[in-house]
Amino acid sequence: MQKNNLKKVIVRVCIGTGGLAAGGKEVIDAFKKEISDRCIDIDLDFTCHYQKVGCRGFCARDVLVDVVDGDKSLTYQCIKPEMAARIVDEHLIGGKPVKEWLIDDTYYAFHAKQKKILLKDCGTIDPEDINAYIDVGGYSGIKKVLSEMNPEDVISEIKASGLRGRGGAGFPTGLKWEICRKTPGDTKYIICNADEGDPGAFMDRSIIEGNPHSVIEGMMIAGYAVGSDHGYVYIRAEYPFAVERLRLAISQAHERGYLGKNIFGSNFGFDIKVKLGAGAFVCGEETALIASIEGQRGMPRAKPPFPVHHGLWGKPTVINNVETLSNIPYIIRNGAQWYASIGTEKSKGTKVFALTGKVKNTGLIEVPMGITLREIIYDIGGGIIGDREFKAVQTGGPSGGCIPAEMLDIPVDYESLAQVGSIVGSGGMVVLDETDCMVNIARFFLEFTQAESCGKCVPCRIGTKRLLEILDRITKGLGREGDIELLQKLSSDIKAASLCGLGQTAPNPVLSTIRYFREEYEAHIRDKKCPAKVCRDLLTYYIIEEFCKGCGACLRACPSGAITGEKKKLHKINPDICIKCGACFEVCKFKAVGRE
Amino acid sequence: MFKVTIDGKTIEVQEGTTVLDAAKMLDIPIPTLCHHPKLTPFGGCRLCIVEIKGIPRPVTSCTTPVSDGMEVTTSNPYIEDLRKTVLELILSDHPNDCMVCEKAGDCTLQELAYFYGIRENRFEGERRIYTKRDGNPFIERDLEKCIMCGRCVKVCDEVEGVGAIDFGYRGFSSKICTPFGKDLNCEFCGQCVAVCPTGALTGKMWKQKGRQKDIKEIETTCPYCGCGCSLTLHVRRNEVIKITSREDTLNEGWLCVKGRFSYSFINSPDRLTKPLIRIAPKDQSNPPLPPFVKGGRGGINNSLLVTRYSSLFREASWDEAVDYIAKRLKTLKDKYGPDAIAGLSSARCTNEENYLFQKFMRAGIGTNNIDHCARY
Repeated sequence: MQKNNLKKVIVRVCIGTGGLAAGGKEVIDAFKKEISDRCIDIDLDFTCHYQKVGCRGFCARDVLVDVVDGDKSLTYQCIKPEMAARIVDEHLIGGKPVKEWLIDDTYYAFHAKQKKILLKDCGTIDPEDINAYIDVGGYSGIKKVLSEMNPEDVISEIKASGLRGRGGAGFPTGLKWEICRKTPGDTKYIICNADEGDPGAFMDRSIIEGNPHSVIEGMMIAGYAVGSDHGYVYIRAEYPFAVERLRLAISQAHERGYLGKNIFGSNFGFDIKVKLGAGAFVCGEETALIASIEGQRGMPRAKPPFPVHHGLWGKPTVINNVETLSNIPYIIRNGAQWYASIGTEKSKGTKVFALTGKVKNTGLIEVPMGITLREIIYDIGGGIIGDREFKAVQTGGPSGGCIPAEMLDIPVDYESLAQVGSIVGSGGMVVLDETDCMVNIARFFLEFTQAESCGKCVPCRIGTKRLLEILDRITKGLGREGDIELLQKLSSDIKAASLCGLGQTAPNPVLSTIRYFREEYEAHIRDKKCPAKVCRDLLTYYIIEEFCKGCGACLRACPSGAITGEKKKLHKINPDICIKCGACFEVCKFKAVGRE
Repeated sequence: MFKVTIDGKTIEVQEGTTVLDAAKMLDIPIPTLCHHPKLTPFGGCRLCIVEIKGIPRPVTSCTTPVSDGMEVTTSNPYIEDLRKTVLELILSDHPNDCMVCEKAGDCTLQELAYFYGIRENRFEGERRIYTKRDGNPFIERDLEKCIMCGRCVKVCDEVEGVGAIDFGYRGFSSKICTPFGKDLNCEFCGQCVAVCPTGALTGKMWKQKGRQKDIKEIETTCPYCGCGCSLTLHVRRNEVIKITSREDTLNEGWLCVKGRFSYSFINSPDRLTKPLIRIAPKDQSNPPLPPFVKGGRGGINNSLLVTRYSSLFREASWDEAVDYIAKRLKTLKDKYGPDAIAGLSSARCTNEENYLFQKFMRAGIGTNNIDHCARY
């Protein structure tokens, strides 16, 4: 029998990228199944609602599940589908939360120093429901703009907020809009750059997956400000969930009349097309992106002319990053003064970072500009895994640089990071510890940029290849005297002579690692040693005589038959046969295998 | 008009002029590889970089439009050093087999390497290796020599409107590609060959026929159609070994497959060089051949036909031949009337020739029975 006035319990499950990967969908299904199983036997005194939400940030503890019972909301961490039954029994039915599964101090510490503007709604509203966004004030920004402000007011508001492009270069957004507005032309375009391609970065993806309407609203406001009625979202095809939710959000906005003609009864009309990228990193560069939308090969062209003057189909075009656009509605709603009060003198507001690598609490974080790297890594990130020694943090992805431990106290803003040879970039932040070889890290990023070079200009196409070759030979123990100087010379020439941002920044990982970790390069080249013990060709494995018990574990683990020795007697590794796989090192319980 | 100062010299140029063009007007040399004056700017080779006051990084002069009051430096030790690095990088991925290259002596890359004195290469490393595989008789593509300047792609797209090739792949493996990497299958106009600054694209029939020495260049007009494109014949030992066209001609240096590659008829032994007059009546000259010869390959035996026909003609002088034609036409006209005669002309003749031909038929013979493969 159906009871009336049942209380409503909400089970909120993270289905951001991290959540889905950790099994968010299965967790929801498990909850649904457990509840419906119990419906048969007992009369439940509540109705259960399931809410899928975007990224909560703390991906290391996924799947995160909120149980909202009236005003009380409790969060569980690391939930697996099989844990649903106990939560349903004890918490939902029994009324006693499962204490040991609830979030702990780390979770609070992870959030303590963050300032969530964009990610606040991201983790609490259902991205597939336009009403959820409207309930938290969504689309009030565009309403306000259309009813109270003229385009110039909007631009000066954005200028006053101090918002700068979050794609990496940090160009003032309001200024970009103003130039585009002043460029004569009947047709203008707004492009949202969602071609996020940096390895380890998932900020834009999470925003679109978690709160797609904020991006749409941001684009609409941008369109009104510059005088454009057409927007494009250029998004990676590798982000199927983001594409799906974005398309859904656009169609919902259409149904409401939020997109289309005469929005909110005004003369303003705006429409958005979604254009999928075909997997080219270089298409994140604005001119290559435009070429790609036009159906050309994604190749950058020389600037000037800049897109604000001569953009898509030759028309004035504003290209903004997802995060930049997503900031717009919040600035309009809360005012420029509020936004400008956050951050440093030249870098305002918050920045979303994808904190990854050797840090304990990996995830998506939003911090006020000006926070120090130390706070991010130790307070939010909880320090290094295994309490090993921190070595460097790589910011800005393949275009950025590595920042060493002695610079951990610099504030995170556009100027400070540029000063130490890195960039804010789109927001990738990879933490490296003592087990990371800096030469190898530089090689990794060069491998990426070389493979993603469009091939148009010589310094990028051939220059990065040569950089990679030199780094490759250094990690293989074939480095020569003078290689460091050659790397530096070639790097600076590539930076100066390349056509687009890809080539101009590609040598940054090389230059910054040489700048701060020159001794590691020298150890590779002169002593043929890898201090971090990463570069396989430079390692030798040997048995430490006093520890070896002759157990034979290493002998059995060795795939190449390089280890000999009788039982209970000293074993030996033949370096000529050893393939340096490290299997013996891993398997030895007595730490009798040495590695140098 | 914009006033621009390049290396201390000032010039007034129209809005939209590139720095490179302005420098050219001042006779200031800037090295280029990917630039072609008739194609849209590319900015890929990075050799034409210059420094402009107020712009923090060097920019390519081929893509940068001048602005009023711009101050440009085209050469200083820093810029020349960057250019040298770029050139070395290009050469580090180039076969450097100039000794046997068709393009040697006429190669922009070779020329630049000479002027920059590049002998040793700091950046030696892996080189791209490709096998040549195109089956066509006209265009030789040696992708190992390609410097990816993109001129071929642009000429094919912007001038020919064909788009038979484009950039493909990424990074070091990027190359100029046909659709799906298949054999080149286009109209073989060879415009790409004409604009290629290196030996990556050459004519197959040029191979080992001669480069610069003993070559005489002779200007002439293409005999293939009424367009009358200007040709430059490259003649060695009284044999045409290559045809090009200069950019300052009415056809701006552009040619089609016939004009560029179809010159083997000049020295062909089958070529008619003198008038021939048939010496036996027609019906006897062409006895019916069996449609199918048992045991043979079937059809007509061509070699047999050729011998038979040739044995039934005799060489004559032009005077004799023209007299003979006039006599025969007159006889036929007298006997059957002018409308028994019809004239077919050719699009390969010039306008003037075709005009004369119709005049001859209408006024001379007195018939309107004239036609032409492209119609009158």
